[in-house]
Amino acid sequence: MSRWLGVSVVLLCTLLALALVGAMLVLPDAPVRLPGEVAQRLGESGVDHAVTAVLLNFRGYDTLLEVAVLLLALLGMLAAGVAPLRPAPFAADPLLVALARTLAPLMVLVAGYLLWAGAFRPGGAFQAGAVLAAAGVLLRLAGFLPAWNAPALHLRVLLAAGFALFLLVAAAGLYFGAMLRYPQPGAGALILAIETGLTLSLGLILAGLFLAGPETPRARGGA
Amino acid sequence: MSIGLFYALVGGLLFALGVGGLILRPHLLSKILAFNILGSGAFLVLVGLGQRDGTPDPVPQAMVLTGIVVAVAATALALALARRLLDLSGDMVLPGEKAADEAEAGDQEAAPGDGPRGGA
Amino acid sequence: MMTMVFDPASWLILLPLAWATLAFVLGAGRGARLALVGLGAQALLALELARRVRDQGAHAHALGGWPAPLGIELAVDGLAVVMLLMTALVALPLGLYARAYFGAKPKGGAWFWPLSGFLIAALNALFLSADLFNLYVTLELLGLAAVGLTAAAGDRMAVAAALRYLLATLLGSGAYLFGVALIYGTYGTVSLAALAPLISAEPAVLLALALMVIGMLLKTALFPLHFWLPPAHGGAVSPVSALLSALVIKASFYLLLRLWFGVFEPVATVGAAQLIGILGAGAILWGSLLALLQTRLKMLVAYSTVAQVGYLFLVFPLATGVSPEAGVSAWQGGIMQALAHALAKAAMFAAAGAMIVATGRDEIVGLSGVGARLPLTLFTFALAGVTLMGLPPSGGFSAKWLLLMAALDSGQWWWIVVMMLGGLLSAAYVFKVLRQAFLPAPGGSAVGRAPRALELTALALALGGILLGLFGAQPLALLEAGGGR
Repeated sequence: MSRWLGVSVVLLCTLLALALVGAMLVLPDAPVRLPGEVAQRLGESGVDHAVTAVLLNFRGYDTLLEVAVLLLALLGMLAAGVAPLRPAPFAADPLLVALARTLAPLMVLVAGYLLWAGAFRPGGAFQAGAVLAAAGVLLRLAGFLPAWNAPALHLRVLLAAGFALFLLVAAAGLYFGAMLRYPQPGAGALILAIETGLTLSLGLILAGLFLAGPETPRARGGA
Repeated sequence: MSIGLFYALVGGLLFALGVGGLILRPHLLSKILAFNILGSGAFLVLVGLGQRDGTPDPVPQAMVLTGIVVAVAATALALALARRLLDLSGDMVLPGEKAADEAEAGDQEAAPGDGPRGGA
Repeated sequence: MMTMVFDPASWLILLPLAWATLAFVLGAGRGARLALVGLGAQALLALELARRVRDQGAHAHALGGWPAPLGIELAVDGLAVVMLLMTALVALPLGLYARAYFGAKPKGGAWFWPLSGFLIAALNALFLSADLFNLYVTLELLGLAAVGLTAAAGDRMAVAAALRYLLATLLGSGAYLFGVALIYGTYGTVSLAALAPLISAEPAVLLALALMVIGMLLKTALFPLHFWLPPAHGGAVSPVSALLSALVIKASFYLLLRLWFGVFEPVATVGAAQLIGILGAGAILWGSLLALLQTRLKMLVAYSTVAQVGYLFLVFPLATGVSPEAGVSAWQGGIMQALAHALAKAAMFAAAGAMIVATGRDEIVGLSGVGARLPLTLFTFALAGVTLMGLPPSGGFSAKWLLLMAALDSGQWWWIVVMMLGGLLSAAYVFKVLRQAFLPAPGGSAVGRAPRALELTALALALGGILLGLFGAQPLALLEAGGGR
C-alpha cells in the first residue's frame, strides 16, 4: 500500500514537472507590464530604489502583514511551550569567543549601512535585521547572551515596537485618504523611520527564533 | 531562451521535487527542507518568468523578498515544533509515518520527481 | 479626505492587529479584556460596513493611494461583507467563552489572545483582499496563527497535530503561491480587477488554477485531503477548536469561491466542478461515518466538520454550467451552509468543552449524567445538532433546502441522495452523544459543574444557528445588494 502510494506520488510529481516546463515554454508575452509604471511613479515614492519603493510604498501592505507573520512565528514558538532552561548549557570555544568579540560590533555597523543604503541601492530593513540577528546568534553561541525562556516586558516592547510603529503609520495614512498613504513631502522620512524600527524589531525577532527555541533536555550534539 | 525563462524552468523542477519530498520523506527535517525547496521553486518562477523578456521587474523581486521572510517564519516555527516533538516523544517523525516507509520511499529515488536524500 | 478616517474596512484589519500586538506586549495570560473590547468594536464595524454595502453597493479602495495593478486594493462586496459579519459575530461570543474557559482552567491559554487577534486580523484581511499575492500573505498569516493556537495545548499529541497541520497548510499555500507565480508570469499582474478581463485558457493558466484549487482543497480539508484536520481540531483546547472549525477552514473555501466563480469563471469546467462535488459527497459520507465511530467527544465533533465541509463543496457542481436560477440557489445555499456551520460548530465545540470541563474527560462513555447536571449545555449541543442535520427551522435547513432546489432545477438528483444520507448519518452521531448523556451517572463518578459563562455563550451561538434559519433572508439580500459574484 505504502509502496504503491510512493510510486504514484513520484509519477504525479514527474508529470507535474513536465507539465510546468511545457506550459512555461509556450507562454505568450504578458499584456500588463509594471516596471514602466514603477519607474514612472518612483519620484513620488520617497525613495530612489525601485524594490524598496515597491516593498514599503506601492505594496507596503504586504510588508506590514509579513512583519506580523514573523512576530506570529515567535508567538507560536512561545505558545508551543519552552522546556525549562539549564544554566550555562555549554562552554564556548575560546576561538569562537574571540571571533564573536571582533565580529559583533562590525556586524552592527554593517546592519546600519544596509539600512541606510536601502533607500537607493539593494539593502533595507530586512537585510539589516538579518545581519543584526546573525550577530545575536553568534553572541549566543559564544555564550555572551542567555537563551530566552520567556521574553520579559522590555524585550516584548522592543520585539513589537517595529510592527507597532508601522501599524501606526498605516492607520495615520487614513487621514491622508487611504490606509498606508504617506503625506507627499515626508514619504522618504517616514519610510526611513519605519525601516529603522523594523531593523531593530526584525533583528530581535529573528534572533529570538533562535534564542527562544526550546532547550532540549537531553544532551545532543554541541550540548 | 532567456536567462529568466531558464530560471523559471528550474523553478518548476524544484517545485515538483519539493512536493514529492514533502509527501514522501518521513523525517521532519527532510519535510522542512522539502518545503523550502518547493518555496524556492515558486520564487524562481515568480522572478524568472516575470522578467523573461530581459527587463528587470522590481515588483516580483519585492514579492519574493516578502515570500522569503514568510518562508523563514514558517521554517522557524516548524523547526521549533519539531524540536518540541523530539522533547516530548524522542522522535523526529510524525506518528503514523514509520521509519519503514523511509526505506521504501528511498528506493524510488532515481525518478526525477522524488526528493533528494537530505536531512535525515 | 477626512471621510476615510473612519473607514470600517481598513479598521477591520488594523484593529485586531493593534490589540493582538498590545496583548503580546502585556504578556502571557493577559489581554482578555482588551481583546473583548476589540471584538465588540469589530462587530460594530462589520455591521456598519454591511449597512454601507446595502445602501451604496460594492466598492474598492486602493491602499497607500496606489490603484491596482501598481498597488494593492481592498474590495468590499456582498460576499466579503457576509464573511466579515460571520467572523465578527462568531468571534465575539467565542471571546467571552474563552475568557471564562481560561479563567477556570488556564492550561494552553498563555498566548491565546495575541494569537487569536492575529488570526482574526488574517481572516478579515483575507476576506477584503483583491490581490492574488496579498491573499497568499494573508493565508500564511492565518495558517501560522492557527498552528500556534493548536500547538498551545502543549502535549505530545497536540504538538504532533500542529506540525501535521503546519506541513499541510504550507504545502497548500505553496501550491497556491506557485499558481500566483504562473499568473504573474502570464499576465504581468496579480490584481483580481486587472486580471478579470484577461483570463484565457492558456496551459499555464489552467495549471495555475489547478494548483490553486488543490492547495485550497487541502487547506479546507476536503476528503481525501482531510487527514490533518481531526487531530488538530480534536486535539486543541476547546475555544481554539471552535475558532478553527467555525472560521479558519471557511477562509480557504471563500478564496476558492472567489477564484472559481470570479476571475477564473471563463476557464472553470463542468467536469472539474463535478469532480470537486464527488469529493464533497465522499466527505459527507466518510466524515459522518467516522464521526459515528469515534469514542472521544471532540474527535466526533471534528469528524463532523470533515462531513459538513463536504456540503460546502456541492456548490461547485450545482452552480457551474447550470441555469442562472439554479446557480443563484446553489450559490446562496453554499454561503448559507458556511454561515450555519460556523455558528453551529462553534456552539458544538463550545458545548463539548463545557462538558469536558464538567466531567474531566473527553470520552463519550464518560458523559453519563451530563443530562441531569448540565441540561443547558446538552440542549445547546442538541440545538447545534439540529442545524448540522439540516432540520427546520435552522440555518442548516435553509442551506440544504437551497442546495436541494438547485439540484432539482439542474436535474442533478444524485446530490440529493448524498445530502439525505448525510443528514441521517449526522442525526445518528448527534444522538449517540445525547443518548449517552441522558444515561444516569454510574455510582461513584460525579459530574461537576461548568462555569455559567461557558454554558450561556455556547447557547448564544447555537441559538444564532437557529435564528439564521428564521432571518436568513437578511444575509442573502446583502449578498445580492453587494454583488457577490
